[in-house]
Amino acid sequence: MTSRRATRTTSSASPARAARTTVAAAALGALALAATSCSLVGGDDDTGQGGSGESDTVVLLTHNDFFLPDEVVAAFEEESGYQLDVRPTDGVGNLVNLVSEQAGKPSGDVVFGVDNTFASRVLGADALTSYAGDLPPGVATYALPGDDEGDLVPVDNGNVCVNVDDVWFAKQEIEPPVTLDDLTDPAYEGLFVVPSAASSSPGLAFLLSTIAEYGDEWPSYWEDLLANDTEIVAGWSEAYQSEFTQGGGDGDRPIVVSYDSSPAFTVDGEGGTTTSALLDTCYQQVEYAAALDGADNPDGAQALLDFMVGPDVQAALPESMYVFPVADDTELPSDWATFAARPSESYEVDPAEIEANREDWLIEWTDIISR
Amino acid sequence: MKRAAGLVALATLPLGVLTVFFVLPVVGMLGRGLWPDGSFDPAALYDVLSRPRVGRVIWFTVWTSTVATVVAVVLGLPAAYALHRLDFPLRGVVRSALLVPFVLPTVVVGVAFRQLLREGGPLGFLGIDGTPWAILAGLVFFNVAVVIRSVGAAWESLDRRPGEAAAALGATPRQVFTSITLPSLRPAIVSSASVVFLFCATAFGVVLTIGGVRYASVETEIYLLTTVLYDLPGAAALSIVQLLAVVALLAVSARVRRVPDPTVQRATPRPLRPRRSDAPQLIATGVLLALLAAPIAALVAESLRVEDRWSLGHYRNLATTGGDGVLVVPVTTALRNSLQTALDATWIALLLGLLVSVVLTRRSRSATERRVRSVLDGFFMLPLGVSAVTLGFGFLVTLGREPLDLRTWPLLVPVAQALVALPLVVRTLVPVLAGIDDRQRQAAASLGAGALRTAMTVDVPIVLRPVVAAAGFAFAVSLGEFGATSFLSRADHPTVPVVIFRLIGRPGEGNYGMALAASVVLAATTALVILAVERLRVPAMGSW
Repeated sequence: MTSRRATRTTSSASPARAARTTVAAAALGALALAATSCSLVGGDDDTGQGGSGESDTVVLLTHNDFFLPDEVVAAFEEESGYQLDVRPTDGVGNLVNLVSEQAGKPSGDVVFGVDNTFASRVLGADALTSYAGDLPPGVATYALPGDDEGDLVPVDNGNVCVNVDDVWFAKQEIEPPVTLDDLTDPAYEGLFVVPSAASSSPGLAFLLSTIAEYGDEWPSYWEDLLANDTEIVAGWSEAYQSEFTQGGGDGDRPIVVSYDSSPAFTVDGEGGTTTSALLDTCYQQVEYAAALDGADNPDGAQALLDFMVGPDVQAALPESMYVFPVADDTELPSDWATFAARPSESYEVDPAEIEANREDWLIEWTDIISR
Repeated sequence: MKRAAGLVALATLPLGVLTVFFVLPVVGMLGRGLWPDGSFDPAALYDVLSRPRVGRVIWFTVWTSTVATVVAVVLGLPAAYALHRLDFPLRGVVRSALLVPFVLPTVVVGVAFRQLLREGGPLGFLGIDGTPWAILAGLVFFNVAVVIRSVGAAWESLDRRPGEAAAALGATPRQVFTSITLPSLRPAIVSSASVVFLFCATAFGVVLTIGGVRYASVETEIYLLTTVLYDLPGAAALSIVQLLAVVALLAVSARVRRVPDPTVQRATPRPLRPRRSDAPQLIATGVLLALLAAPIAALVAESLRVEDRWSLGHYRNLATTGGDGVLVVPVTTALRNSLQTALDATWIALLLGLLVSVVLTRRSRSATERRVRSVLDGFFMLPLGVSAVTLGFGFLVTLGREPLDLRTWPLLVPVAQALVALPLVVRTLVPVLAGIDDRQRQAAASLGAGALRTAMTVDVPIVLRPVVAAAGFAFAVSLGEFGATSFLSRADHPTVPVVIFRLIGRPGEGNYGMALAASVVLAATTALVILAVERLRVPAMGSW
């Protein structure tokens, strides 16, 4: 009995309800049509015909921040005769691990996005093969110390620096800080926000600059930072957008870890910028590309590496990936040329030392900040 | 014999897909961790698990997930009653809006939470900023809808007469609730609680973004070990702990939610006008909705601010590629990509979900058969309980090159998303299919209907609307999915969450505003789709 009634309840429909059902179904259908151009097989295009194995395609393994304008990609494809197949993955760490994991049997031809904090891991995994081309003037100055075979081709660079909100400091009539030491000064109590070294790349770079400055004493510097009410958040977005006074989210901290290029994005429209980078606090990050050992298309890999250090990519780097070019005489966008001041010297930690100590440093750092 | 063969044939496709896209990547990762140099080393496993930090991490995960689950159930019950048992204006709109948190990117919600909770913010007086309580609030925000929808659906179809009889015999409303209503709702409460617990225990963005970095959960620890430290043995050890916990949880919840005869309770009485005695539930619902709406309202308001004035500027920019061309494609194109991907993910999830549900609900003829079915049931829930990093990175190393190179397969992202949505689809369809009395099919057959005709006249009319409802779930999950997508998405084919992440990761007021506007558009799209689905008036959908 019960079940028969139930069946009737579910299947009977009043005319009004039927009409509503029809309208809703029609709406869904329209949405589906609008959405798809009738895709029941996922896509409309032609990328990666069969992936590796075809020598007319170059497969680039990279991270999610990789981006080049269409015309630059088209220029590569036209000049070289190869199709570019870009396969991004989640972040530098995973990219580096993927390449190391597949050493000798890679799932691509070229890797781009390995930076100087992770480079030793890839070199140690024997996943790369050396670059045979000629580097344009200026590029070699960014070569990775310890890369004796010349596997890693520098492509771009940028500095992770402490940034300050000049407007805020002017209004409060306080002198902004200048050095890492200043950040522990009680005058700046509760004003500084840092992305985590464990979950963000600029966060790790900032930790490394404190290690470069204070050596074995870095833990006590961090204790002082925390005693001065420094806030630590998950990533760059949380720090800059949410907590920084010049970020999007009405934050209340006027000192933040960001990049030397950031002031070019806070232009006030009256010929100035509202923020500046503290040039004595910077850690230089260099991003490298390299041909993968055992790749299906070594010639294509070579062509892509040549192109990455060539004028088209170098000129496109600031606006597409927010980093500085490595080749001399590359013209910068005008806001960058005017407002993105660069440090003359920055902190460095030997890549091999980073690889050897990363785990110990991060565990000690995590212990300090979770006390 | 023929029957068994038929069921095996039905199970083949879903099992095959799950094996390739879930078992293979996860086993690949565990294998790399447990056999680092080709030989199994249990001592290393023990070493990892005996680190004091690991103990702390597991404890933190267990207690936050448990408390968040309890809070979600306690807050969700009155709302489930009010939204599914009572009739009031805009009920449908509220119900569909409840799924919005499902699709909002955590990083965006994180910013909104901070704006509300920080000192001087509208909810700053709570003083929970930067404490574990903020994490709990985030977990509840993202998950309470699961309780409301699934318990609400069970409540909606609950037969009123036993309660009314008890009341006529002198039971107080409280007695009716504790002795009649609550026991009948137990299966739904238990299974939604177990799903919420799984979501909480594997939450990643909430813990990091909202909680700050002082707290580590199993999930964030697996991320740290896998991605930053490249300590695959450590990650594998934690993944095994995670898997064992999930299996235990599923086993317990399957036992507790079992009802003797699910066909008894299927009836959908008309919702009632609210009465004075409903005031406490309505007030509780109002407070909950206000708390859920606060971060979303903050987000909408912020997206409408351009240089301290109200404006639609950020929305107009969605048709561009952002300040200085940050984006590969405008957000409008990304929305098209997202909808396209979601459509594919939806049909895949529905196809697999239907097959699984049919296999799970056919009447078992022996104890063994029943046991096989319940193992299968649990198996298809597993993707909810495994770390996104393990799965994502496992995908890359096992499916990224010969012999199985699926990296550029256009359906890769939709399939990954469909696996995330599959448990929700199955949980929506199973109760409905199980509720069909097998005698109806037998009657149809004895009247001369063939298998197809029987299905068309008996099963399809009942299942049609739950299928559409499940489609809505799958669609929403796919629209908001970021974990797997960020590992696998194609550079030229970004979805909206990927684009939002990119925008909010750049300085400049315009990019930030566009990220918020894109989130609002994503949320609104989701709500509209769910609202359209709800209009189909599916009775008793989503019983877990």
